[in-house]
Amino acid sequence: MNAETRAALLFLAPAMLLIGIFFFAPVIAGFALSLTDFDLYTIGDIHNLRFIALRNYRELLGSSIFWTAFGNTLYFALVGGPLTVIVSLGAALLVNTRLTRYKAFFRTVYFAPVVTTLVAVSIVFKYLYHPRFGVVNRALGHIGLGPVDWLGDPRFAMLSIIILAVWKGFGYTMIIFIAGLQNIPEELYEAAKIDGAGPWGRFRHVTVPMLGPTFLFVGIVVAIGQLQIFAEPYVMTMGGPLNRTVTAVMLMYQQGFKWWRMGYAAAVAFILFLVIGAATLVQMRFQEKR
Amino acid sequence: MNRRAQSIALHTTLAIGAIITLFPIFWMLSASFMTAGEATVVPPHLVPHAPTLAQYRELFVRLNIARAFVSSTVIAVIVTIGCVLFSSMAGYAFAKLRFPGRQRLFGLLLIALVIPPQVGMLPLFLLMKQLHLVNTYWGAIIPSLATVFGIFLIRQFMLSIPQELLEAARLDGASELRIYWSIVLPLARPILATLATFMFMSTWNDFMWPLIILSNQSHYTLPVAIASLSGEHVLDVELMMASSVLTVLPVLLLFVVLQRYYIAGLMAGSVKG
Repeated sequence: MNAETRAALLFLAPAMLLIGIFFFAPVIAGFALSLTDFDLYTIGDIHNLRFIALRNYRELLGSSIFWTAFGNTLYFALVGGPLTVIVSLGAALLVNTRLTRYKAFFRTVYFAPVVTTLVAVSIVFKYLYHPRFGVVNRALGHIGLGPVDWLGDPRFAMLSIIILAVWKGFGYTMIIFIAGLQNIPEELYEAAKIDGAGPWGRFRHVTVPMLGPTFLFVGIVVAIGQLQIFAEPYVMTMGGPLNRTVTAVMLMYQQGFKWWRMGYAAAVAFILFLVIGAATLVQMRFQEKR
Repeated sequence: MNRRAQSIALHTTLAIGAIITLFPIFWMLSASFMTAGEATVVPPHLVPHAPTLAQYRELFVRLNIARAFVSSTVIAVIVTIGCVLFSSMAGYAFAKLRFPGRQRLFGLLLIALVIPPQVGMLPLFLLMKQLHLVNTYWGAIIPSLATVFGIFLIRQFMLSIPQELLEAARLDGASELRIYWSIVLPLARPILATLATFMFMSTWNDFMWPLIILSNQSHYTLPVAIASLSGEHVLDVELMMASSVLTVLPVLLLFVVLQRYYIAGLMAGSVKG
């Protein structure tokens, strides 16, 4: 081994050991765990552990709470994801025009929710959504709407959480869109103008295609993040009403850390992993086609 | 539409957006200074009529929130220091040192970016139990001490440090450790600041892992503490708003001061990612 390799080994050792032991090993063990009946009795005595192959998965696919939880999670991601992208792209376009003054100020303001603590703002929104004294219903009352029981009505509960998620997250993707917009050469817009394209034409034929890779990155990052939704329903609804806000990670948390059915919970986590992988691949494939 | 009208429409839209964005934060602050019950009166008060620190006093004196404040700070500070140190060491090796299998190892690491952490959480908990680290600060700290994101961020930055600089130091007889410490780290200061800001904030805001690993109230971080508080004090709106302010304000202020580094980090992670 030469000196450089030896040095590299020393520099890498702490991080690789930490990541290996506390990330990769547990991930692999998680898959193994999902093939066992690890539960409360196993924690008491490890000899109770049995290999049961895919029985956890079979049981999951046959249970209604599984389909509810994954359905809710997909609903959250499929509505919340595009909404986040639209709002953040709109904000990026407005902040980035040549006319706009105080750009840094607006960028900072729109970004502020991103750095707030999710648990804390979930508590704040819970009160903003309150059916009687919540500010949202009061504002709606002024224009003759409502009152709506935002978190208590099965039709609106997940939607309310989506609005919180968009508010909390759009600043992050806005920054990425601004970076993408600034990479588009000004000449392309000039050329389109000479060809007679209006503002909408320039947006459709210059901005959108040039932002292609940015859309892909944003889409994947947002999907990965949103499919892991947990803290908002944990704080705001505990999964209710009528299980409308139970999510995949919440199901895993309850089964694994409340009822200690760890084998079963590991299967939930692993299916979530597959869903996230599929969401990533679908978006990459879609991008290739365009 | 002429230019002036356009400008007015544009800035009005931006201002409305800013008001909507800031309103929940403003209301949280405002309600935290209200007397008990004032946040729920009809017609509503947007600002406290007789501002008071009663809610904060209650949190510190009776509910001992300072303990959670200390836990959050200890965990976030140690994670930040450790993560910057270990990630910069590994990032340096990946960017500047040649060794067999470098590309393959780095590629393997990147896989971690698409694996949701929940997949490993159950075995990780069992491992922590074996190590007697459940309900300790170390249990919350260790899994974040080195992150793939950090290594990636620092490697990308260090690729741009000229190789000749390091070769020259080697010819002068400097040890590898000395090169890393006295030449590479000072040059990498901006990206180290970015990673430090990023790690501090994400650790401070983290919820799920602390919730799992810190089962005893004496070690709760702020997010875990206020989530548990909000179950018992559902009706104490003003109190809950004060506890939210205590949780959010430190990171929000830090962001305002360090936003240059934070946003630079997001862009670096995204543009090249």
